[in-house]
Amino acid sequence: MDTGKSKEQRAEQRAEELKAGGFIPQRQRGKITVRCKAPGGRMTSERLAKIAEVARRYGQGVVHLSVRMSPEILYVDLSDLDDVVRELGEVGQEIASCGKRFRVTTACGGCEYNPNGWTDTQRLALEATDRFFGQETPHKFKTCFSGCVIDCMRSRQTDLGLQGMVRPSLDAEKCTRCGICVRVCQDEALTMAEDELPVRDTDRCTCCGDCIKSCPFDAMVPGRIGHAVYVGGKHGKHPHVAYPVAELVPDDTVMDVIEATMEWYRQHGNTGERIGNTFDRVGIDGFRRALRDVVGDGLLTAEDLQKHGWRSVFYRGLADTFPQYGALD
Amino acid sequence: MESQAMERQADEKIDLRGTPCPMNWVKTKLRLEELEQGQLLEVLLDDGEPMRNVPGSVKAEGHRIVEAAPLEHGFRLLIERAGDATQ
Repeated sequence: MDTGKSKEQRAEQRAEELKAGGFIPQRQRGKITVRCKAPGGRMTSERLAKIAEVARRYGQGVVHLSVRMSPEILYVDLSDLDDVVRELGEVGQEIASCGKRFRVTTACGGCEYNPNGWTDTQRLALEATDRFFGQETPHKFKTCFSGCVIDCMRSRQTDLGLQGMVRPSLDAEKCTRCGICVRVCQDEALTMAEDELPVRDTDRCTCCGDCIKSCPFDAMVPGRIGHAVYVGGKHGKHPHVAYPVAELVPDDTVMDVIEATMEWYRQHGNTGERIGNTFDRVGIDGFRRALRDVVGDGLLTAEDLQKHGWRSVFYRGLADTFPQYGALD
Repeated sequence: MESQAMERQADEKIDLRGTPCPMNWVKTKLRLEELEQGQLLEVLLDDGEPMRNVPGSVKAEGHRIVEAAPLEHGFRLLIERAGDATQ
């Protein structure tokens, strides 16, 4: 069947098959790196112990934590792969993936235990991985969840990044007009009005939630919590900063956003082209139109991107290099 | 109750202006632990990062900030120590 192919082509095909299964051929002949699945970088101690045991028995007792949070068992013999997979499977440890497909979703600690997080990034990363892991796309498709605007997961450098945000709301009855919220805001989005109640400039606010956390009297409270949606980012040889396309998207819409983005990417992306490069080639408004059906009013416009709140989250001047978002009919 | 608390004198005072995060919170926490439930600790803090972090940590530990007043630079907080059960 493979007689028409050269030895190199067959080797390349075999390497692709291995990578699809999360096995990465090493520089050392016959040695394989086994990438273990850890959505959100979270791991039970039982699985971690098993990975350590397998690394000791089948590798050289070393594990590398990948850039996107997957523990990788190094120096496994190609001939031992079946045994390695079976042993890891005994504790429910699955193998991750490489190549042109939806990758394991990464996430920060989120609101479950991290004091900064506003969104449940861990739960959503698990759900996204369960639902989309391994689905094929024109090129690799990476997703991440950050729980707040600090954005530890670098949603702006990811194919599809979701970053937690919170719109504050003031309970005037509880406010003592102490002014802490005004002074802690790094974006000068809050000022004291005539009646000495803090007033929020919605154009300047980045929805970080510092005013909520620092309010001694719980007068500043979360109004609406949701996700900023960034699409088209990547690092690598030709880095690309993602475009912010939607804001305050609720939890129950997130999986639809991922699905719609992958669907648009499959329809418009060329094989081997990351989604950010597809935007460069065909423009972004087609995608924005598709996303509008999912996020509705959460869709960002050209005017929104000119506001301080959005401009301030990008490197100085970068927002000016963005393609113009057109008016959608 | 609250207005009474505001008129009460602080049982302990600590000036943490010039003390960076997270040591300002560590010192606040340790001093609060020396107090009895219901006693008041006055804390002076710098603007900026200390005010972004310390009030949230105080609340998360279950203590109550009963008064907050701006200083020329920084803030004065009056914190009521919570019972151990809520910590």
